[in-house]
Amino acid sequence: MMLLELTRAQRLATLPVMNRANRANRWARALPLAVLGLTAMGGCVNVTAPDKPIVIELNVNIRQEVIYRLAADAGNTIDENEDIF
Amino acid sequence: MNRVWKSIAAAGIAAGMLVSAPASAQRDPAYEAARSSGQVGEKMDGYLGIVGSPNVNLQRVVADINIKRRALYSQRAQAASPSVTLEEYALTAGCLAIARTVAGEKYQAPDGSWQTRTGAPPMRDSRCPA
Repeated sequence: MMLLELTRAQRLATLPVMNRANRANRWARALPLAVLGLTAMGGCVNVTAPDKPIVIELNVNIRQEVIYRLAADAGNTIDENEDIF
Repeated sequence: MNRVWKSIAAAGIAAGMLVSAPASAQRDPAYEAARSSGQVGEKMDGYLGIVGSPNVNLQRVVADINIKRRALYSQRAQAASPSVTLEEYALTAGCLAIARTVAGEKYQAPDGSWQTRTGAPPMRDSRCPA
């Protein structure tokens, strides 16, 4: 009777990691994060996809500027080489 | 001795005349004929194109001119500052060559079709200078 009062019942010496319930809990926390990461990556791909028409439009603008700059020189070239124009 | 000097002077004059001869002559008669009859036309890209059914003679004339044009475009594109691409220079020359066609000659419209030049301004790429 006295002995029972002196020693207190202790839990078994286990680390929290080793606890089966705890492990399941960790998965429950990791899964939404993983899903979030995947959706974020999907979002990145969507952002890079539709830039093609923009590039073509830029080319058009650069070209026109170049054409205007070259017009006088090209005119002289045609004048000086009448036999092939 | 006097004769030697005379012949040297004559040779010098002859050489001078050769050098000063105009570098660019007029169009080759075959090219001129093909152009005015609408067998060849000015393309948007700065080169000549065959409008109707091609024949060997016509193909030779057009290829010869286009090779010379390409060499010229390449040289001028590099000489520009800042330098531009061959295609950019060729396109500019195409704009101007189409603008300089006379009534009856053929040119390529922006949709790729062959058009006969009339008194009206030609249909050109929207990027072409006025």
